[in-house]
Amino acid sequence: MNDVSFQALSRRQMAERMARDIPEGWYVNLGIGLPTLVADFVPPEREVIFHSENGLLGMGPAPAPDQADTWLINAGKQQVTLRPGGSFFHQADSFAIIRGGHLDLCVLGAFEVAENGDIANWATSAADNAPAVGGAMDLSAGAKQLWVLMEHTTKDGQPKLVERCSYPLTALGAVTRIYTNLAVIEVGPQGFTVLDMVPGLTLEALQAQTGAKLRLAA
Amino acid sequence: MINKQVRDMAEAMAGIQDSATVLVGGFGSVGQPDALIDGLIEQGAKDLTVVANNAGAGRVGLARLLELRRVRKIICSYPRSAGSVVFEELFRNHEIELEVVPQGTLAERLRAAGAGIPAFFTPTGYGTLLAKGKQTAEFEGKHCVLETALKGDVALVQAELADRWGNLTFRSSGRNFNPVMATAATMTIVQANKVVELGSIPPEAVITPGIYVNRVVHVPVDGAAQEKAA
Repeated sequence: MNDVSFQALSRRQMAERMARDIPEGWYVNLGIGLPTLVADFVPPEREVIFHSENGLLGMGPAPAPDQADTWLINAGKQQVTLRPGGSFFHQADSFAIIRGGHLDLCVLGAFEVAENGDIANWATSAADNAPAVGGAMDLSAGAKQLWVLMEHTTKDGQPKLVERCSYPLTALGAVTRIYTNLAVIEVGPQGFTVLDMVPGLTLEALQAQTGAKLRLAA
Repeated sequence: MINKQVRDMAEAMAGIQDSATVLVGGFGSVGQPDALIDGLIEQGAKDLTVVANNAGAGRVGLARLLELRRVRKIICSYPRSAGSVVFEELFRNHEIELEVVPQGTLAERLRAAGAGIPAFFTPTGYGTLLAKGKQTAEFEGKHCVLETALKGDVALVQAELADRWGNLTFRSSGRNFNPVMATAATMTIVQANKVVELGSIPPEAVITPGIYVNRVVHVPVDGAAQEKAA
């Protein structure tokens, strides 16, 4: 980045930025990895109910070391807690919640998102060695909103927001919003619309790091 | 008098055939019926098709069954995870067949098998590599993929409480695939942490009614062992 007048967000700042936009009362599934961090930035007095694919609603943060419970894990197989009011259910019910459109929001990471809302996040090539899909395809197809939390470009500076995905797809036309270390972008019939940028960043500079046409929100 | 509790592991495993399709409960190591898997290793059935969310970790339990070359094919959603060294090695050497199924589709295929639904349409996976070659249709503007029921010859299930009729409860997030798989096999075998008197599980608390269960073997949970496998 040759423009020195702006500061890209750190991973924690990206999670914090997204958490600001999640209203009280939403039922939310956070994907493995970076999306999991979002829960840390929803203040406890704002009641957002977190779902985990392995059969939990009302998931809370990691337990204190002296209260660890090896039986209570999330989809990333990390130990978690259950908040008062939480519940357990089996795998088919858990995915009925997902596929049935009962979740307000799912947050996933991605390799690529296309301007038509296609998402690629599970395999790096058709010949991938033992690809693991988990619940990503069900979550993409089922949640009311699919937000992607990811860096704006790859480590080599290649755009991850593109006209058409080159990696194997997870779902077609599913993504509604993208939060990156540089901007918040809506995905709609018009393609990518910029809702917010880090201070000091220009649309031209953002466009230079994006593989498809950007518009500014009216 | 009905008594589904068997005396020992050998009795629990009796009759499992070579080439059987075996459903294995659990999500990662939580709620995984490790004692039953060890029993299956001892019993000797081979050329198995295993259905499980993951492909085992470390070199114990499911991973050991794989390492002993007893599994011809594994059907799972997330084969590659922390510690799945045995699976990855076998897969690399073309010594195991893999069918990757989206996690919710896997659960629903099992549920369908238990509920007498031979096939169903789901939006999950439409337009992806995992839908290749499958029939599609459009309902209410939504593109869907036809998926078929996935029935087991045997289900291996881990439960918290069981009674002699086979009524079951599950512990915490150890429920996961267990109740679904219990419905989807010809022979459902349960390892229960505690076997209790008939009538002592409140009817409202029964998660799997005993009609789905064929055999119960008492295997107290070893907390330490659970932790090690995690």
